[in-house]
Parts: sequence; structure tokens; C-alpha cells
Amino acid sequence: MQKKIIKLSIILLIIFIIGVFFIGLNKNSIYDTKGLVGQKITEIKLDHFSKNKIITAKDLSKNNFTLINFWASWCSPCRDEHPILVELNKEKNLKLLGVNVKDKKNNALEFLKDFGDPYDDLARDEFGKHSVNFGIYGIPESILINQDLIIIKKFIGPISKNDYNYIKDTVRKQ
Amino acid sequence: MRIKIIIFFTMLNFNILNAENFSVDSNKIFKNLRCLICQGQSVADSNSEFAQIIKLVVKDQINDGKSEKEIYDFLIEKYGEWIVYKPPLNKVNFALWLLPYLVFITGGAIIFLRFKKRNNR
Repeated sequence: MQKKIIKLSIILLIIFIIGVFFIGLNKNSIYDTKGLVGQKITEIKLDHFSKNKIITAKDLSKNNFTLINFWASWCSPCRDEHPILVELNKEKNLKLLGVNVKDKKNNALEFLKDFGDPYDDLARDEFGKHSVNFGIYGIPESILINQDLIIIKKFIGPISKNDYNYIKDTVRKQ
Repeated sequence: MRIKIIIFFTMLNFNILNAENFSVDSNKIFKNLRCLICQGQSVADSNSEFAQIIKLVVKDQINDGKSEKEIYDFLIEKYGEWIVYKPPLNKVNFALWLLPYLVFITGGAIIFLRFKKRNNR
């Protein structure tokens, strides 16, 4: 009887260990943004780039769609995506909020002078701390949110032509 | 007078112990946070932009009086469970947390039964 119990326990333990490894190895261990899509952004407190004003969730809820773009003048992929942002600025249902991260004011202004200013509003995140509220871990990154401040999609890296088409289609459906 | 001195030192000692219990160790938190843009490095080990920002945010939250758990919860909400090396207990990793205890109990039971059998002989 005792032998049977021991055997059964060992077999169950082996099955359990295999099960744990199976679940563990099938789990995606690379950071992705799936968890963020559908989440509501609650804490928005961004310092305006030039005005003595704080951009809040209330400001963004006035727009049908908002694309929050995190950029800096020292970031070279930001230059690649900039012409696409200038194009997106033409969309009626979409407002662009630029967040200038860890940058010098003069350099940022020069960047916008050289490549064009696509932003309807511009905020400044001097130390990069506010970008943590948006789950940002590199620059450039962009977040498309709707009027209810729910994240529709997060774009890691520069916005590509495909991303541009996706954003355009999404905001035009409204 | 003697009683007053004893009460004073007892209170002082109690306050010091309490302060130690409630203080949050930022280094301990940094070590348990994964640098998402580095390979195999914690936030404590890394000097990347991301790690530097996370360090600032954690320090701010400690100054705001947030507990270790609240800080982890905030970062998990923003970056997912992948950001912590020691994930919190939930439905998905329940089995993983249970495994060491189960192995320990089963092993103990096997050893106990063996000894019992040997003694009976």
C-alpha cells in the first residue's frame, strides 16, 4: 500500500513538474504592449512646452483621437518618423500631442523649425519621469488613444508607413 | 525617575524598530526590477536611460510614502509582470510558487515512510 502511495506521489509530482515547465516555456517572456491596449490612461499631468500650463486628461478627452508621440531632438529614429507625423497632422479627427523627453529646449525648437511642427500641443518631460505613466521605455514611442482615453494601440519605435495607414483608417472610421 | 528613563528608552527603541520596519530600501527594489532594454541586467546594474528614469520614479514614490508593494503594482500596471524578477502570486504562476513546497512535503513524506518501514522491520 505504502509503495503504491509513493509511486503515485512520484508520478503526480513528475506530471506536475512537466506541467509547470510547459506553462512556463509557453509564456511569452518578451515585453510587449498587449497588456496596455484597452487600458484607460488615468494620470495625465504633463508640463506644457512653452506655456505655464499643465496638460491633463481633460484636455485630451476633447479630441476624438489623440496620438501621443514621445520624441527628442537627439533621437535619430525620431527624424525618420517626423514626415509621417507631419502627414498625420492633416487628419481632422486626430490631434497630435508631442512629448519632448529629456531634451534641451533650444534643440527641440530647432528640430521643429528644421523638420516642421506636426503637434497640436507640445509637452515637456524634462527627466523622463512622466513617460513612465504611459509605459514608455524608449524613444520614439507613440500611443493612439480615443476620446475615452483608452489605448487603442501603442507603437514602439518610429511610426512606419503601415502604422500610418492603420492610424489613418482608424480615425477615419469615426 | 528611573521608571521614566526606562519608559523613555523603551519608547525610543520601539520607534527606531518601527522606523526600520517601514523604511523602503530603494536598492532592494532596483535589484528586483528588470531593465527592459538591457540583456539580463536589473535596473540596479544598468546605467541605461530607462534604468535611470525608473530609479528616479522609484525614489519619488518612496518619498511620497508609497510601500514596496505599491511601487511594484504601479510598475506592473505600466510594464507588465515582466518588469519584476520576483513576480507576485497569481493564477498563472500559482503552480510555480507551489512547486518547491510540494517537493519539500512529498520528499519529507517519502523519507518518513521509509524510516517508519525500516523501524517496523
